[in-house]
Amino acid sequence: MDFLVFQYPMITVQACLDGILLGVLFALIAYGMALQWGVMNIINIAQGDLVILGGYIAYFMYLYGIHPAWGVIVAPVIMYFVGIAIYKLVINKVVDRDLFISILATFGISILFMQLMNFAFGADVVLANSGYGTTMLFDSNVVLPNSKIFSAFISILFAVCLVIYMKKSKLGRAIRATAQNTRAAKILGVDTEKVYAATFGINAALCGVAGALISITFTIHPYMGLPYTIRSFMIVIVAGLGNLPGVAMSGMGLGVFEEFADYILGTEFRIGSVFLLLVLILVYRRFKLSRKREYLK
Amino acid sequence: MNKNNLILYIGILIFGLAAPYIFPAFKVQLSILCILIVLAITWNIQGGEMGYNTFGNILFYGLGMYLCASVQVGMFFPLAEWTESGGEKTFVHTPAQFFQGMAAGLVVAAIVPTIVAGLIGYAILGLRGHYFAICTLGLGVAAGEISGGIEIIGAGQGFTTPPFPNVGSLEARGEFFYFLSFLVLVLTFIAVKAIYTTRFKLILNAIRDNEDKAEAMGIETMKYKIIGWMISAFFCGLAGGIMGGLVGYIDSTDVAFDGREMGVFMVLMAILGGKGTLWGPVIGATVFHIFKEGFWTFFLGWQYVALGVLIVVIVIYFPEGIMGWLREKYPERFGEVVDEADRKAQVEIK
Repeated sequence: MDFLVFQYPMITVQACLDGILLGVLFALIAYGMALQWGVMNIINIAQGDLVILGGYIAYFMYLYGIHPAWGVIVAPVIMYFVGIAIYKLVINKVVDRDLFISILATFGISILFMQLMNFAFGADVVLANSGYGTTMLFDSNVVLPNSKIFSAFISILFAVCLVIYMKKSKLGRAIRATAQNTRAAKILGVDTEKVYAATFGINAALCGVAGALISITFTIHPYMGLPYTIRSFMIVIVAGLGNLPGVAMSGMGLGVFEEFADYILGTEFRIGSVFLLLVLILVYRRFKLSRKREYLK
Repeated sequence: MNKNNLILYIGILIFGLAAPYIFPAFKVQLSILCILIVLAITWNIQGGEMGYNTFGNILFYGLGMYLCASVQVGMFFPLAEWTESGGEKTFVHTPAQFFQGMAAGLVVAAIVPTIVAGLIGYAILGLRGHYFAICTLGLGVAAGEISGGIEIIGAGQGFTTPPFPNVGSLEARGEFFYFLSFLVLVLTFIAVKAIYTTRFKLILNAIRDNEDKAEAMGIETMKYKIIGWMISAFFCGLAGGIMGGLVGYIDSTDVAFDGREMGVFMVLMAILGGKGTLWGPVIGATVFHIFKEGFWTFFLGWQYVALGVLIVVIVIYFPEGIMGWLREKYPERFGEVVDEADRKAQVEIK
């Protein structure tokens, strides 16, 4: 077997850099997932479809002659209201219920979104061309598209802004209080219903940013949502809720893993390897936890 | 079993046997209905009785489908050449070969998924709640993606199952698959009904209600969870094998490991009918199939939109299902003793 990765070390460097730049994007999506999971205790299967919808917003700006990078500003604004609408219509009825209900309900939303996007935008794989060119490193052995660097930079910028917002603003404090203890927050005068809506809106806005960046750097397709959901879920369970450096690190780790899986196994197994990794991580976690439980016994 | 029930069962059996002659145009639909009911009943063993909401039973269904077709082809012809030739009929099964292959294929399709369930059960079933749900969802999708990359079973271009041999009658194909799927349905129903009268069901319910307490009571919960999953896998594999022959074409993500359709359907049917009941999945699957076929025909293209809306509506407004609704309305019929005064008092408290 002639794996290119082992024969040409530069490909390893290329895969690592690609993976890290990709992983930053995953971490941004996972941050939204962690936010809503922590605050509202729901798992949103439609997360990936929100990402793709954000991507289509940027793509449409590109079609109408506006530079798609402006999508980074427009997409979150539109997606915020989409998120609020989803919350008002569906999510607020499943917040206090069984987790499985929320999984199934958001699965329904995911199927709905997939098909609506398929009708509205067609089933083609599309890409918004940013025209940023590429950067060559190491005697042009490693090729990095500038759009990837741009997207990683913007993701970090948004994440930092959000963290500061969460720490300093009134709404941020309310969100953190609700995440810690909903009842106590309610007693102390926090309008949890508003906090939930805002959380879901912020999550959708983050998805919008990530989607706009994905439409510039990679490709988007109406049915590509579920892998993004699974990736963000995986990152959150590896990092744990409310562990921001962990989310960033495991996001990058996942990105690197994917690039290597792509090189070694072939592109057709890329998505399969992501899902298989999820199963393996969960099983590993289960054995680790069961050992802990035996100690307690 | 009292007299009324016996009459009901015999009536259903006679109706089932006569159905392809009463509705000759709907034989394929009736066969699919039987398969759907089998899937809903087996999902209910996990989701309803055991409280483990799985999206992963599609794994056994798809596995059974691929195995049955592969055995049926591989017994008589080289498998790789068959899949390479695609839809062209370079090899033709004689009737004897077809039926022998189908029988052997169904045996393999039932046994291998059962073993797989037993092997992965210890690792997977240790997960709880939503981790289990997401893990099984990943399992189903991973199986679809990986089988889509394996050359010998057709990879991305799909796998044509052996066409039904010419036995002289045009109706034979539909009747054969209908009676086969009806037989599997009857077998599943009898098996599950028998299981539900034993201690096994009580243990599953104990696991659903409080697993830690059940363990503390001295029940080896893991053993029973795995056995429950193996039973599901057995019938899911059979159903998949038949469905492969019925559809005539296997694609990794659109037919076999179709998490977006079949994988959700089985959950939805069981919830629609009422999970945790014997008859719920049967009723749910029937209602769902009739609704779905109506919708699929009249609103072509919008079916997934309808499916998405349907999932959300059922899950939010109708989580107890038809049986749950009936139970609330006519508790006496379900053997619950209702004290009139108590009921009135409850209404007043509300």
